[in-house]
Amino acid sequence: MTAVEADLAAGFAATIAAGDRIEPRDWMPEGYRRTVVRQVAQHAHSEIIGMQPEGAWITRAPSLRRKAILLAKVQDEAGHGLYLYSACETLGVSRQDLTEQLISGAQKYSSIFNYPTLSYADVGTIGWLVDGAAICNQVPLCRTSYGPYGRAMIRICKEESFHQRQGFELLATMMRGTDEQRAMVQESVDRFWRPALMMFGPPDADSPNTQQSMEWGIKRHTNDELRARFIEMTAPQAAALGVTLPGNDLDWDEFWRVVKGGGPCATERIAHRKQAHDDGAWVREAATAFAAREPREPQEPRGAAR
Amino acid sequence: MTRSEWPLYEVFVRSKRGLNHVHVGSLHAPDDALALRHARDVYTRRSEGVSIWVVRSDAITASSPDEKDPLFAPSGDKVYRHPTFYDIPDDVPHM
Amino acid sequence: MDDNAYAGLLVDDAHWAFGEAAHDDPLAGMDLTVPDGIDPVELASYCLVLGDDALVLGHRLSEWCSRAPDLEEDVALANIALDLVGQARLLLARAAAADPALVPDLPEGSPVPAEDALAFFRDAGDFRNATLVELPNGDFAETVCRVLVFATHRLALFERLSDHPDRALRGIAARGVKELTYHRDFAGRWFVVLAGGTEESRRRLEAGLATVWAHRRELGEDPQAEEVLGRVLDAAGVTAPDVRPPAILGGHTPHLTDLLAEMQSVARAHPRGRW
Ligand SMILES: [Fe+2]
Ligand SMILES: [Fe+2]
Repeated sequence: MTAVEADLAAGFAATIAAGDRIEPRDWMPEGYRRTVVRQVAQHAHSEIIGMQPEGAWITRAPSLRRKAILLAKVQDEAGHGLYLYSACETLGVSRQDLTEQLISGAQKYSSIFNYPTLSYADVGTIGWLVDGAAICNQVPLCRTSYGPYGRAMIRICKEESFHQRQGFELLATMMRGTDEQRAMVQESVDRFWRPALMMFGPPDADSPNTQQSMEWGIKRHTNDELRARFIEMTAPQAAALGVTLPGNDLDWDEFWRVVKGGGPCATERIAHRKQAHDDGAWVREAATAFAAREPREPQEPRGAAR
Repeated sequence: MTRSEWPLYEVFVRSKRGLNHVHVGSLHAPDDALALRHARDVYTRRSEGVSIWVVRSDAITASSPDEKDPLFAPSGDKVYRHPTFYDIPDDVPHM
Repeated sequence: MDDNAYAGLLVDDAHWAFGEAAHDDPLAGMDLTVPDGIDPVELASYCLVLGDDALVLGHRLSEWCSRAPDLEEDVALANIALDLVGQARLLLARAAAADPALVPDLPEGSPVPAEDALAFFRDAGDFRNATLVELPNGDFAETVCRVLVFATHRLALFERLSDHPDRALRGIAARGVKELTYHRDFAGRWFVVLAGGTEESRRRLEAGLATVWAHRRELGEDPQAEEVLGRVLDAAGVTAPDVRPPAILGGHTPHLTDLLAEMQSVARAHPRGRW
């Protein structure tokens, strides 16, 4: 390490130690940059792939109000992916590159979205438990050390709280409906509870990157801490709904299998994303060609544009 | 398939009268006109009375935070640097 | 949250799409008395036509979700779909309030609100929408053409409704004008971009326009819409296609039946359900 590099490294460490943010043009260790890119990219991919399981029910939503709520929710997830890809772009990685890496399988997304959605109750359960678990993970990330990521998270968390509320409210309404609807809710919760707990990642002992990520302030709590907090928060909500939560025993072999792409819907999720990306290629090209041909619109002199 | 990625734009929003425009994020668009539409759709959900600026990221000149930084030797670099490819290892996803 | 750069932006939930959708009663606060000299049955039937158009096109546009050419367009198309579903909800509720006889019978004690009974428990033969909105989605170019033609016609119509004697319909139209202006501009801009983009985009646009044009007559003769569409086509350097309207038996294509089978499947499986 040269003297200049040592100096820069010390400056970086001091910024982190002071709880300050790292901004895009700051010097940063290569490992830090790579870790941020990996985490933000995976998060962005999760938002985009996460549109599919619920999106499949937009065309079957059973009331006009639910149709609008679900569409607005899934639309938010597109926005979340967009904010996060932008945060990655501040580190010089383009959305196009990231999308290609998602499609090729080089980068992962949250394995929760490889589970199928089998009934309309799943829309409620995903909002309540999956968005709920996401909030637990994400609220601390508003204070993550990488500035653009933290700022994206502030906006995302605000919207996630609506996602969780709409999910809970759907389930609560269904629980006031027919016996059949109550059974649908319980069945859905039975299927999603353990996968939701697995969203916090493997136990701390098996999470090799956690320590470094915490030292860098990218992560702020361990997987097990966050999981325990989620379980504690959810229990009274389940009681209020009148559903029983299955046990908290987790099958980590299944977890690793799903993470490695063995989930029931993994192939179809990627194929769906690839299809949209490929089908859109001619549109993106056409707009680029058009913009290249059009002269930039003349700027009116407006004095100071403030 | 040719690679055709739209340029990146930075979005600034004045959410109500009396406030400055604040940087709220970025997006991609083929040109200025669509960038403005996208900004309305994505960052304001079309609420009325807000004022939006969009500017191509590569049109912004930024100061270097640390003049000793060898990566940014000529000060007054562009904020948007050219894409570099990062090979990202498999890992546990965090949502 | 400290250091929140968005404090000014995130003032209240109402400005998110969800804020609108959250209300239980779409017509809350509206005066629903049918004014003197207006036949409630005719008013209801008119609202049903307008509501069905919005519902079916909103549904088709919602099918784009997670399939658009890029994330920005995904968000934009969802916004348009949300506006149309919102219009449908108001118009169907208005129709039901003006003429309760329109609302299909549901089992005793069903909590399904009237606008949902109309949307989810009528068969294709009772739908009043134009065939233009029920056709399956083609590519993005076809959707751009469809939104352009639909929004242009509907905007011209809604502007005229601003002096309709029914206060509720007037209110719904006034709100719709702002939304439709945006839809028309969005589609108009893309129309020009695709026309002047690549050879492929031009070819697809012309094909999409031919499909849409053939179904346009059902939206009615409208000089104002005609004039606006003429200007957009001019700006894009596209000539209006010479196509004949297809002969459609019974007012609808079989696509509407398929669309409804999917849209109504959950609601009909639970006629006493609460959602
Ligand atoms: Fe999200
Ligand atoms: Fe969410």
